[in-house]
Amino acid sequence: MSSLITRVRKLQIAQTIEKGTRLDGRGLMDTREIKIEQGLIQKAEGSARILLGKTQVVVGVKIQAGEPFPDTPNEGVQTVNAELVPLASPTFEPGPPDENSIELARIVDRGIRESKAIDTAKLCIEPGKKVFVVFIDVYVLNHDGNLIDAAALAAMAALLNTKMPNYEIEEGEVKIKQGYTPLPLKSHPITVTIGKISNTLIVDPMLEEEQVMDARISMAINEEGNICAIQKGGSGYFTPQQIVEASKIAQEKAAELRKKLDW
Amino acid sequence: MNEKPEKLIDKKGLRLDGRKIDELRPLKLEVGVLPNADGSAYVEHGKNKILVGVFGPREMHPKHLSMADRMVIRCRYHMASFSVPERKSPAPSRREVELGKVIRESLEPSVFNDLYPRTGVDVFIEVLQADGGTRCASITAASLALADAGIPMRDLVVACAAGKVDDQVVLDLMDEEDKLGVADVPVAYMPSLNAITLLQMDGILAPEELEKAVNMAMDGCKKIYAMQKEALKTKYMTVKEVEE
Amino acid sequence: MPTFFEKKQLVTPGELLAEGDYLLGDNTYLEENKVYASRIGLVDCENKRVNVVALRAFYVPKVGDLVIGAVIEVGFNGWTVDVKSPYTALLRASDVLSRPFKPQNDELSQVLSAGDLIVAKIASYDRAHDPQLTVSEPGLGKITRGQIMRVTPTKIPRVIGKKGSMISMIKQETNCQIILGLNGVILVTGKSPEDEELAITAIRKIEEESHTTGLTDRITQFLKEQKVKPEEKVE
Repeated sequence: MSSLITRVRKLQIAQTIEKGTRLDGRGLMDTREIKIEQGLIQKAEGSARILLGKTQVVVGVKIQAGEPFPDTPNEGVQTVNAELVPLASPTFEPGPPDENSIELARIVDRGIRESKAIDTAKLCIEPGKKVFVVFIDVYVLNHDGNLIDAAALAAMAALLNTKMPNYEIEEGEVKIKQGYTPLPLKSHPITVTIGKISNTLIVDPMLEEEQVMDARISMAINEEGNICAIQKGGSGYFTPQQIVEASKIAQEKAAELRKKLDW
Repeated sequence: MNEKPEKLIDKKGLRLDGRKIDELRPLKLEVGVLPNADGSAYVEHGKNKILVGVFGPREMHPKHLSMADRMVIRCRYHMASFSVPERKSPAPSRREVELGKVIRESLEPSVFNDLYPRTGVDVFIEVLQADGGTRCASITAASLALADAGIPMRDLVVACAAGKVDDQVVLDLMDEEDKLGVADVPVAYMPSLNAITLLQMDGILAPEELEKAVNMAMDGCKKIYAMQKEALKTKYMTVKEVEE
Repeated sequence: MPTFFEKKQLVTPGELLAEGDYLLGDNTYLEENKVYASRIGLVDCENKRVNVVALRAFYVPKVGDLVIGAVIEVGFNGWTVDVKSPYTALLRASDVLSRPFKPQNDELSQVLSAGDLIVAKIASYDRAHDPQLTVSEPGLGKITRGQIMRVTPTKIPRVIGKKGSMISMIKQETNCQIILGLNGVILVTGKSPEDEELAITAIRKIEEESHTTGLTDRITQFLKEQKVKPEEKVE
């Protein structure tokens, strides 16, 4: 099954963009309305639901004890998985993660990992043997474009909402005690995705625009305005000048959103 | 486990393998190495050894994956179990799946895919030995293999990575620099159209450093592009040996 | 309005060939007033038309082309045929049986089965449909003897030669019947395997030296030499 976009619609989108606006009335650099809800899944250690326009993503964070990676024996582990749930779009089919969901998970993972958002050094239980594993699970519930920014935002919001259970070691076993501590975080990265249509850059492409666009580029930006992750996607290309322009736009938009969210 | 070196660039400005900041690792490209494939190429870039075979354009199986108005490119990136120090399971990892996607998306802009609707082209990449920068070397070889298969294209796609190591932007990261460095920026480029078809980054870079890294990578790409053309001409030049 | 190449220069995809008011020949494309090569080949310019003769290309069907193919499968109302092209070709039963076709009575595999070779013409082909073949002209149909060889389809015109000069000469010198499929498949039928081998070797030589001049004379010379010393045949 596919969501076909008609030639007439493609032309319409291109023409409005050439005139400097988009079909939903936004400016080229405008993001859709964002709504964030945290803590909706009480059984998870942390959770958040994001609405980015009509795109809806829920992220749940679970924390469990586990083994560290051999090359980082005293650090906690972070793992991100994404599910493009079939109810989110007529184009999503049930089954194991496909390349789109794997790419989405890995982009969100890199944004969080490279910015060192989670202070993994503080997640060590028993050096070399036991650490906390932070499972970040992204569930896309409605696809109306720009899953990357929505998922990254939801993941970060969920991490901000995450509380780790207090524990003590009793006879080599981890025993959960009363009370919680917020998950130690060092950074709050924000990801901005820019699409290219008719040789013009637009921020936060919605679904119809994604069906028409040549390519997209996503950049994760930290508090200092530095870039922690980049991913170009789509079967088109960017000129070097457009890359530089995109990095400036991403910086600006990330700062703007950071202020609005107070992150 | 190896000791982590304190500095990756020494006082003389030389890297762990003796290279300068803007020096490429040795590169060897060969076209038309697999007799059964429609097109093929082999690349040795530093210690990377990668083989690419292309089949097509041909009818797609399963048929429902084909598109009525264009040719579909499929790309499989796979690392041999013995390609890395710790044996890797032959089953495709999530990293390999992602790389298959981004490599395909780096090659798609180069190919005239509306010329052969309802067909498919399969690009099979086998990494026989890996040492940092496999996706770039794979793209360089895959583009040669597509040309060798006679598929019409706008330009060859060439790829090279730059990055930040210690506090400097350097060209063509090897494995240790990739793992221990500050940032890694692989870039794929079509020189005739000034088009960047792959760009990824992990690490931390200020925007000016990103610009510097991308420019450095493009310079590396241009040098490798000349080698790609040489490799193609060498393969077909033997045809020209007879005197007029 | 310059060109950037020498006659018969070897060019690669993406190489800039010319800028300005030029016509696009084979294997070239236009971007912002500049002509680029789209395949590896030898470039030339005649009457302002920039043309690249591809050294590597696959066969794309054209209506009216003579092709040689192998039957892959027997279907309900015809056969699927491999013509060494990105598209499989179809041969309808109604084209072969010169009478109305009854699926329950006629056994198609008796007429043609998988593995049979045929000489056919492309009857129809467009972007939305696979090529349809016809064998209803004289000289077309099932191949029963001879040897098959393949060359890159772009070399077939060279094997034919100017006004058929090359191919007639080879037929004469080797005493063979040669059918040239425009899809790069060639059928050589001779009185003896040695004659057929000689023709095949000559055609291989043409494929390798196709871009050079004086080729017809050289091949003629080669064939005459080979026939004189049968014990010292060059492989």
